[in-house]
Amino acid sequence: MTLKRTLTLAAVALFAAGGAAQAQISDNVVKIGVLNDQSGPYSDLAGRGSVVAAQMAIDDFGGKVHGAPIQLLSADHQNKPDVGANIANRWIDVDHVDAIVDVPTSSVALAIQDITRKKDVVHLNSTAGSSDLTGKDCSPTMVHWTYDTYAQAHGTGTALTKQGGKTWYFITADYAFGHALEHDTAEAVKEAGGKVLGSVNAPFPTADFSSFLLQAQGSGANVIGLANAGTDTINAIKQAHEFGITKGGQKLTGLLTFISDIHSLGLPTAQGLILTDAWYWDHDAASRAWAKRWSQKMGGGRMPTSVQAGVYSAVMHYLKAIDKAGTDEAKKVVATMKSMPIHDMFTQNGHIRADGRMVHDMYLVEVKSPAESKYPWDYFKILRTIPGDEAFRPMDKGGCPLVQASAGK
Amino acid sequence: MVTFFGVPIQALMGQLLLGLINGASYAVLSLGLALIFGLLNIINFAHGAQYMMGAFVAWMLLTYAGINYWLALLVAPLVVGLFGVLIERLLLHRLYKLDHLYGLLLTFGLALIMEGLFRQAYGISGQSYDPPQMLQGGVNLGFMFLPLYRGWVVVVALAVCLAVWAGIEKTRLGALLRAATENPALVRAFGVNVPLLITGTYGFGAALAAFAGVLAAPLYSINPLMGSNIIIIVFAVVVIGGMGSILGSVLTGFGLGLVEGLTKVFYPEASSTVIFVIMAIVLLIKPAGLFGRAN
Repeated sequence: MTLKRTLTLAAVALFAAGGAAQAQISDNVVKIGVLNDQSGPYSDLAGRGSVVAAQMAIDDFGGKVHGAPIQLLSADHQNKPDVGANIANRWIDVDHVDAIVDVPTSSVALAIQDITRKKDVVHLNSTAGSSDLTGKDCSPTMVHWTYDTYAQAHGTGTALTKQGGKTWYFITADYAFGHALEHDTAEAVKEAGGKVLGSVNAPFPTADFSSFLLQAQGSGANVIGLANAGTDTINAIKQAHEFGITKGGQKLTGLLTFISDIHSLGLPTAQGLILTDAWYWDHDAASRAWAKRWSQKMGGGRMPTSVQAGVYSAVMHYLKAIDKAGTDEAKKVVATMKSMPIHDMFTQNGHIRADGRMVHDMYLVEVKSPAESKYPWDYFKILRTIPGDEAFRPMDKGGCPLVQASAGK
Repeated sequence: MVTFFGVPIQALMGQLLLGLINGASYAVLSLGLALIFGLLNIINFAHGAQYMMGAFVAWMLLTYAGINYWLALLVAPLVVGLFGVLIERLLLHRLYKLDHLYGLLLTFGLALIMEGLFRQAYGISGQSYDPPQMLQGGVNLGFMFLPLYRGWVVVVALAVCLAVWAGIEKTRLGALLRAATENPALVRAFGVNVPLLITGTYGFGAALAAFAGVLAAPLYSINPLMGSNIIIIVFAVVVIGGMGSILGSVLTGFGLGLVEGLTKVFYPEASSTVIFVIMAIVLLIKPAGLFGRAN
């Protein structure tokens, strides 16, 4: 009886699927899973805000592609690669998820990169930093959307050195991400004619940075670079202010600082900071309109970060590519994404390279003083628009095997 | 320039002072823990959450009610202390007959719930709290720039530690407390209300944690996880000082602050682990802790 019923249902389902979607949408539904940190250090800058952004993209697209409904799932990977890998495997094997989106924390992102490459599922990464995702670990089913450590390091490192910050000292979070960020920035500083005087490795996480700040102050460097993220950055900036470091003439820069960190610090403490960001909600009419819609859905009082906006842009582009390609088969969709320019509220002139890097303009910004800030979340002055080709690592320097393959063709 | 193992002596003095400042908050936190453990035999894992609540209550008082730092220094410990009393009356007092482990699990669970609630309401990035007007800015000590507020933290923490120590060693209430720690049944036989004493002690311990939280509010980003990061270190301090030893935990708190400060200069990568290395060594050589008595 049960077997018979199952068979009947299966037959009906197959029939329905065949009838509804002439295009090849697997299981007649497109499932998108937002996998990120929903309770830990990155839950404000990505977290639920990214889920809301993805849902907005689905709604704006119309909720259906080629007649197949678009479904959104989300889960908390707790910044642990094993937890993230388990969820991704279950999503792919049991729930037949077609695309995994957002994935902050480089260690988790690299684990997801492996799984999605092997199981042929799309990976749209917005929040992870590692530039290896489009370098030696690149994948034909992945697009890295918003930023990476290379772009952050070069944007800020080059600009500050050219402005006269010739000597640098780093306070570095003592794990892979911090060291990568320090290394990339040091390269940019040297290329621009600057010098690195030294660095100190702070354990991760650290609440009290005063000792490290004092060492940085003692070095006499023009610029103190914070190669860390999240609460570490917030505490370091807050305490640098307390110890009067910027008043003494030294410049302080957070190499990976999001607008949510600035909001937490408050302008009196954060003013004058120089940083690189991929998107700013108050950049133009389109970004403002989108940010206000997002803010409403989040219950008001907050504005989106660049990575949350990146999730919207990535999901929208993904859905457009399915529409154009007529299939949700991972490699074909990503190839189609690469063939289409990106023009939306996130970027005016984006395109995706063979290695999976979405290239777009980045912004060098300075945090406004309380007097300059006219309304809530009016935080950034854009100092310079860094053209995409300059902001991101040249494709031949990354060591992505896909690049050699496409060059050989 | 005079140097000490390649570090200028002036820089070293600055680092030692910073170590002392951090030691001050370790001392106040471990004091509360040691008090609670001494009388209740409860390993209060909610101590970190109570510290976090102290900081948050101070921030809420300022943000929603305009109540300034000085008042918050009194009101926040009071609020969190009362909350502690509630926890003791409703939950903890049912566990005294059971193994230590149950108290630990209960308080750990409470800490997770409190952190979760604050995270739900305020997110993770944290809130900002400025030092009071009077204590903004700093003084140049010649070897370093000392923010006034940090100087104040050391002074007030020392004063609180001394006052609590004197209260326990020199007053009648303190004598009762010590007696109840030794033999609660006997003290009860003399007509002393021991359960009330226990409730009061837990409330006071929680209030001390909250006090440390208010002191920390202008120094750190006030976020729901700020307590869970510091509490592990404070546990190590209490273990090294000797579980339940008041003076031991205060001295160890300041001492380990100094050791940590030095590590940050000579081998910064190890500064988060050095306290646990010391804990392991102390446990090997003197299992009851530096100031503890073996049972």
